[in-house]
Amino acid sequence: MARKQQEYDDIPGTFVFDAERSRQGYGINMFCMSLMKEANRKAFKANEAGYLKQFKLTPAQTEAVLKRDYNRMLELGGNIYFTAKLGATDGHSFRHLAAVMTGSSQDDYAAMMLAGGRSAEGNRSKSGRFKPSVLVAGAKATAGRSKSKTRSKSRSKRG
Amino acid sequence: MARIIAGVASSHVPAIGAAIDNKQTEEPYWKRVFAGFERSKEWMAEAKPDVAIIVYNDHASAFSVEVVPTFALGCAAEFPPADEGWGPRPVPVVQGHPELASHIAQSVILDEFDLTICNKMEVDHGLTVPMNLLFGSPKQWPCPVIPLAVNVVLYPPPTANRCFMLGKAIRKAVQSYPEDLRVVIFGTGGMSHQISGPRAGLINSKFDKAFLDNLSKDPKKLTRISHLEFMREAGAEGIEMVMWLIMRGALDDKVEETYRFYTVPASNTAVGHIILEPKTRSAGKSKRPAAKVKRAAARMKSDIRRSK
Repeated sequence: MARKQQEYDDIPGTFVFDAERSRQGYGINMFCMSLMKEANRKAFKANEAGYLKQFKLTPAQTEAVLKRDYNRMLELGGNIYFTAKLGATDGHSFRHLAAVMTGSSQDDYAAMMLAGGRSAEGNRSKSGRFKPSVLVAGAKATAGRSKSKTRSKSRSKRG
Repeated sequence: MARIIAGVASSHVPAIGAAIDNKQTEEPYWKRVFAGFERSKEWMAEAKPDVAIIVYNDHASAFSVEVVPTFALGCAAEFPPADEGWGPRPVPVVQGHPELASHIAQSVILDEFDLTICNKMEVDHGLTVPMNLLFGSPKQWPCPVIPLAVNVVLYPPPTANRCFMLGKAIRKAVQSYPEDLRVVIFGTGGMSHQISGPRAGLINSKFDKAFLDNLSKDPKKLTRISHLEFMREAGAEGIEMVMWLIMRGALDDKVEETYRFYTVPASNTAVGHIILEPKTRSAGKSKRPAAKVKRAAARMKSDIRRSK
């Protein structure tokens, strides 16, 4: 049962939490929600595989949770705001999980963020075929296009 | 008549809340972030709104995958801080304004925005972090708050244009409320960030800056940004910026940009903040806001250098 391809599947390294993933990952996400309670966090930590049996997880989902394979959890329908509760149960922050998902060491990831983060250049599209942003492209075009010139003129009249 | 006296936008990074709660605000990394809000707190203390409408998103705290409302308006008398897995944040309980909230609900529903009404709701860092940034950490919050939770977790969130139009409907609702209330509206979340998957850590300062510029001058342009474009350019979680457009829609077409701050990073996120005010003020009613503050425009690089 292959996933129906969506236009946003063209974004590299990204699992968009859409209706299909939400349906598929309901069990993972409800398991993660249960970790909002201290008693459940303890019960899970005491017997992880046993605890997971209360939720409707596929074997692949169970394996991803037990192995803390965060990317796989997202691929199988987990959502980051939910899986982060599993991270919190292990004592990890969002930034820690982000480093894990990118395959970086904690130090390397922190250094990348301090240096301005991961650039959008080269990270927009797998296929390389995409419409440029109306926002950034539009900002560039402001000076040249007669339409925006006219607009700014009329604005100065009013103001 | 109630009226909207200003719009404020701010990121709502959970780590900012943790830095406040763990008293790390003086550490160089965090000082760089908090310094950008010092003038804003002064501005807010002088603006003294009677009510704040805060547009934010819940992060699997009040709403799990069981119920996912697109727009949920908090009409309760109070909203306790949620336990997000680390215990509830040590912030005061948020007091609501049930009368104005239900008035807004009625008005915008009749304007064809089918809101969900929440008469019991816990609120997470999405709401309380921007409150700390603008109000500081008082024993009691200085004004009642009407939370408006927007789904940006399950794809698709409402479109940028729909958010902008909802802002307009909220403006109309506020203006038809008989009591003379001064209202500030917050848009929260963003700016560019991705916290999920191998592309986590994405930041696009160019996009963010263009977004801030247009938020002041040409918000209509922002209403044409598609979800795909938000996710491609500003990260999967950067799509939160649609919430800023609800705030912007609730303001006059023309606004004055009173203040801006931008820095990278706070944890995984580009922190953006802006204060917008109406260009014309009804004479005598409101005094001029705090001394006009110069833009602390995108000074990301120098900020980073200083923080090292």
